[in-house]
Amino acid sequence: MEIKTIKKDVSTAVSQMRVSGAEAVIHCLLAEGVDTLYGYPGGAIMPVYDELYKFSDQLNHVLTRHEQGAIHAAQGYARVSGRVGVAMATSGPGATNLVTGLADAQIDSTPLVCITGQVARHLLGSDAFQETDIVGISMPVTKWNYQITKASEIPEIIAKAFYIARSGRPGPVLIDITKNAQFEEFDFEYSKCTGVRSYTPVPRTDKTQLELAAEAINKAKKPFIVWGQGILLGKAEAELKALVEKTGIPAAWTIMGASALPSDHPLNVGMVGMHGNYAPNVLTNQCDVLIALGMRFDDRVTGDLNTYAKQAKVLHFEIDPAEINKNVKADVPVLGDVKESIQGLLPLLNEKKHEAWHETFKEGYAKEFEEVIRHDLFPEKDGLTMGEVINGINKASENKAVMVSDVGQHQMITCRYARFAQSHSNITSGGLGTMGFALPAAIGAKMGAPEREVVAIVGDGGYQMTIQELGTIFQLGLPVKIVVLNNEFLGMVRQWQQLFFEKRYASTHMVNPDFVTIAKGYHIPAERVSKREDLDAAIERMIKSDTAYFLEVVVEKEDNVFPMIPSGASVDEIRLK
Amino acid sequence: MEETKTYTISIYTENSVGLLNRISGIFVKRHINIESINVSESEIDHVMRFIIVVHTTETWVKNIVGQIEKQIDVIRAYYHGDEEIIYLQTGLFKIASHLLFDERQIQNIIKESHAQIVTVSREFFVITKSGRKEEIEALYEALKPFGIMQFVRTGRVSVSKAEMEISSLLKAFIH
Repeated sequence: MEIKTIKKDVSTAVSQMRVSGAEAVIHCLLAEGVDTLYGYPGGAIMPVYDELYKFSDQLNHVLTRHEQGAIHAAQGYARVSGRVGVAMATSGPGATNLVTGLADAQIDSTPLVCITGQVARHLLGSDAFQETDIVGISMPVTKWNYQITKASEIPEIIAKAFYIARSGRPGPVLIDITKNAQFEEFDFEYSKCTGVRSYTPVPRTDKTQLELAAEAINKAKKPFIVWGQGILLGKAEAELKALVEKTGIPAAWTIMGASALPSDHPLNVGMVGMHGNYAPNVLTNQCDVLIALGMRFDDRVTGDLNTYAKQAKVLHFEIDPAEINKNVKADVPVLGDVKESIQGLLPLLNEKKHEAWHETFKEGYAKEFEEVIRHDLFPEKDGLTMGEVINGINKASENKAVMVSDVGQHQMITCRYARFAQSHSNITSGGLGTMGFALPAAIGAKMGAPEREVVAIVGDGGYQMTIQELGTIFQLGLPVKIVVLNNEFLGMVRQWQQLFFEKRYASTHMVNPDFVTIAKGYHIPAERVSKREDLDAAIERMIKSDTAYFLEVVVEKEDNVFPMIPSGASVDEIRLK
Repeated sequence: MEETKTYTISIYTENSVGLLNRISGIFVKRHINIESINVSESEIDHVMRFIIVVHTTETWVKNIVGQIEKQIDVIRAYYHGDEEIIYLQTGLFKIASHLLFDERQIQNIIKESHAQIVTVSREFFVITKSGRKEEIEALYEALKPFGIMQFVRTGRVSVSKAEMEISSLLKAFIH
């Protein structure tokens, strides 16, 4: 299977020429190095689509089956590649269908530029056909947004959009372009945006703070690192590795930070948070210095804030000043770019080993292995577990796959058990928890990293939220691997109902269609597995396939994800059963 | 529980459409009622200044100011307690003209309150009073028994006692 690649040597210096606003949009995208965008045409964006047709040899537009699919695909592309994802939609419903993806990208700091068509300027505010105030609607879920009403604004605003989306703490930007502005002609000239006076993307790092942090780390007896997505966004994987290796500090990760340090690194002690590993959660409340790197102390990470790491000195390395003291009070805030901060910190640190302290993490893991992991990965019961499926994928892909998970039990199991050998390998909707994310995000991930194996792991619930994107996969001939872990339940909600609502399974049982037949309807090779002895071979067939492949695994219906920090409980009240 | 207090938030911004919506959204998210809001030009050309008064805890006002400041078009945001600023509001009162002659007491009230007469016509006259909210409220209460045709009060405007380094911040920006 060949994936369409676009030549990259597009000239960025487009000298002055007379073009329509619609054509200007294309030149802007090319000048920003865009090779792929995802979208869905419609009335108010048609002039731009007409230009996309003319420039189809330079810009690959992917027609998804729904605008939500387009924006999630753009997110997957951005998350795997670190580049800005681009999505396009028409006005009205086209634009509102982007909103979930915008909110998802906003909370997970994903760089996106979304372009929407809008009714002509003279119709604004008149409740015209397919008019909606998308700028107003998207304000709380965008890093920045803007409505262009005349063509001459296009170059400057799009340049600014890309600059804002990718700089500092990244995020989604929406640009709404009225139809008249797409038709108008003007003298086009493009220069990249290099700064916005009211916006400081990266705050300056205070050297004194670095020295204070270094002093605390050097003195610490039980230091503990928790890193987040900031390490990936800041391209600081090597610095993180150097830091843990020089100081011997055990390091754990949030879901968004997964894969920044290989899973088999001896100092990688696992995942924190509600369904994270036992030791890093419990020991958060025993460490003496907590070093938070590019993470924001989400409530799913901290549990009850009143009992979170109260004994520890908290060092918070963060690019966004609004995150400092938002949830957890930082004793030493270190603002700035995390890569530069760690580089500045390293020479100030003493080489150390914390073997006894590290040992307590290993003991915690052993306890968790006996009580939870063994049963998840090597079950003795009849029903298949989600964990053994993920373990099978690890084996078949040699830990090299990009795992794109949806939301729910299978997501937690994927994040817990997937083994990562390289960075940018775990793509999931962390902050917003958007069911339906995985299938379209996997499309973008595969196109953003065509050389890598991309496996979408989806529950039977989330799968049916964006199942239509199978059409996109088929049309593109994209070799995305799709695994549906089918327990005929909205599993995570059912788990909560079992634990906290006395097994009143309100609206969580699903009567599902024949997923294999549906995949085959899209001409995607498909099979279903329900027996342990068939699992490994099926996974092997899927991974070996050089086309898209669908695998449904019938897993045990009423399995639960443990460990678990019940909502509102303290991290050290984590339950193993 | 942390004590709540009145805080005045000063925000210097670019003059861009929709920014008010972005800023007010931050208060909505936390379910904080805006006591008063005023938007005007500032001492710097083309830079707007918002003055927003809220009643909340210092922790929250800090968080809110951080989240306001990270909006792209916001240049800088500050918060102050009442003791750190000079502030006032203005009230306008429209009153029937005949009362001025029928109710001699009104003339005394106007004099004592240091209110100013803005305009007088055959039918009505308008007085204005600037000062603290309580002073304007006191005038309102004093005039109320005689009948007020219309009353309106502006949002708080304020200047800080300490310097706010906006100009130097903008000068430092090299495009």
